Amino acid sequence: MKLYELTAHELHDKLMGREISSVELTNALYERIDEVEDKVNAYVTLDKENALAQAAKVDAKIAKGESISVLAGIPGGIKDNISTKGLRTTCSSKMLGNFIPIYDAHVIERLRADETIFLGKTNMDEFAMGSTTESSYFGVTRNPWNLERVPGGSSGGSAAAIAAGEAIWTLGSDTGGSIRQPASFNGCVGIKPTYGRVSRYGCVAFASSLDQIGPITKDVTDAAIVLNSICGKDEQDSTSLNVEVPDFTKALVQNVKGLRIGLPKEYFGEGIDPRVKSEVEKAVKKYEELGAAIVEVSLPHTEYAVITYYIIAPAEASANLARYDGVRYGYRNLEAKSAAEMVTLSRTEGFGAEVRRRIMLGTYVLSSGYYDAYYNKAMKVRTLIRRDFEEAFQKCDLLLTPTSPVVAYPIDGKMDPLSIYMLDVTTIPVNMAGLPGISIPCGFVDGLPVGMQLIGKVLDEATILRAAYTFEQATGYHKVFAPLGGKHND
Amino acid sequence: MKVTAQDVKYIAQLSRLIVPEADLEKSTEEFNQILNYADILQKIDTTGIEPTPYVLPISNALRKDVAKEGVTHEEALLNAPEVYNDGFKVPRVIE
Repeated sequence: MKLYELTAHELHDKLMGREISSVELTNALYERIDEVEDKVNAYVTLDKENALAQAAKVDAKIAKGESISVLAGIPGGIKDNISTKGLRTTCSSKMLGNFIPIYDAHVIERLRADETIFLGKTNMDEFAMGSTTESSYFGVTRNPWNLERVPGGSSGGSAAAIAAGEAIWTLGSDTGGSIRQPASFNGCVGIKPTYGRVSRYGCVAFASSLDQIGPITKDVTDAAIVLNSICGKDEQDSTSLNVEVPDFTKALVQNVKGLRIGLPKEYFGEGIDPRVKSEVEKAVKKYEELGAAIVEVSLPHTEYAVITYYIIAPAEASANLARYDGVRYGYRNLEAKSAAEMVTLSRTEGFGAEVRRRIMLGTYVLSSGYYDAYYNKAMKVRTLIRRDFEEAFQKCDLLLTPTSPVVAYPIDGKMDPLSIYMLDVTTIPVNMAGLPGISIPCGFVDGLPVGMQLIGKVLDEATILRAAYTFEQATGYHKVFAPLGGKHND
Repeated sequence: MKVTAQDVKYIAQLSRLIVPEADLEKSTEEFNQILNYADILQKIDTTGIEPTPYVLPISNALRKDVAKEGVTHEEALLNAPEVYNDGFKVPRVIE
């Protein structure tokens, strides 16, 4: 068993038992990165020097017999839209290609307090706008299960790094499925917490009413451990919730007896690959065997979720991305003759096609004469989507759906934007309603991982973690490695 | 057709972006594809439904009015594309 194949909690035990040192572990991860990164391209920037210095500090603490957190000395990767002081943060955009943050995101402050190791910054769709990581200015990330396939997105680098053994844990961000869908495509665990659970301070804003940071890991236990580190009230984010954060590892109970699991019928209908559906239905059967009660529910406004999202998110993005004007930071066209021309040329040259498309769409739906027809209408439909969930949760404790209607598809750029948007139908409604959602592996189609999504009530991460943990322990899909990621190659 | 090539040019201008002439037709087509699809929203009766700009009932997150250390001059200029006299330099605004 290679070190990079282990989980954070397993490695913590090895550190405490003095079987390995954090420096050894960190070096092992960089060796693995050297070995596979030219195939996978999961990272935009690596930070070996600082990572090893941090590892040495943790080793010194362990040597002195001081107590350390579970994540101390455990190497992870950070999505490149999360600010790291002094370490380039690009959002995988030419616009921020040389941007060095002057402060840490709140989640980074928390992880530093836990003395964890940052290996580097992971690749993503430019400004988190995409579902394939193909829109990165730094080149596509490839799926470790099949290098000709997309890793999903927008946190494609964070998920591929886990599957390829290039990080023990990673952070992603999820605006319409950007943690859960790549976790699903790469056979990982990915959780989007309740909106407001995790501070967005220092996460480069895309759609502020939807963005949320969360972990991508090899198993449910690690997801709970990273959540414990990053959740909690932060004064610097006005939408950060002032609520008690439970110890999420306490939710890892292997028991679903009496839990009522709702199956929203709209998520199992048209548009879903029948082979994916069949794998997810097997998972449902497994839950029944384990003692859960299965109930059918309906979320009648599901069909409107995608377009509602593609009005609201671009609208918010067009406002958030107005700050990139080439004046104070970011890419600048140096030939422009006037300030106005400089702004327009810098934005046109600094942003990629998908980002420009969404800024324009957002500008349009917010413009005078169209605001009511599009943006205001979409915000009202968002209310209906939210109410659907409230009603469904009268009948069940959590919902189970496919994470994505498909498995990872080929890297060929043949799909038009709307067809790609439509595939987000299973993850988007969760962001619209601000609910917690987790994706865990539940099967394979053509050797590619299938993920199932468990959706919880507001602030009820505990129930979906418990259900996810129970399934994981009863099945063991999390122990199957990607062809690049270990066992099969050894 | 919801928007013409001329409209797309205007939206680009509002967004401080340029759509190259060669891409204009395709951009217009993609724009219309998405806006036509948005027509399904008109099927839903939203009379009396309150909009949801944010999901959680949080308002006025306030903190004590105590001065905190801000960004230093050096930090503020760290990422500046062009600096002149300790400030951000931009091309001439007024001729």
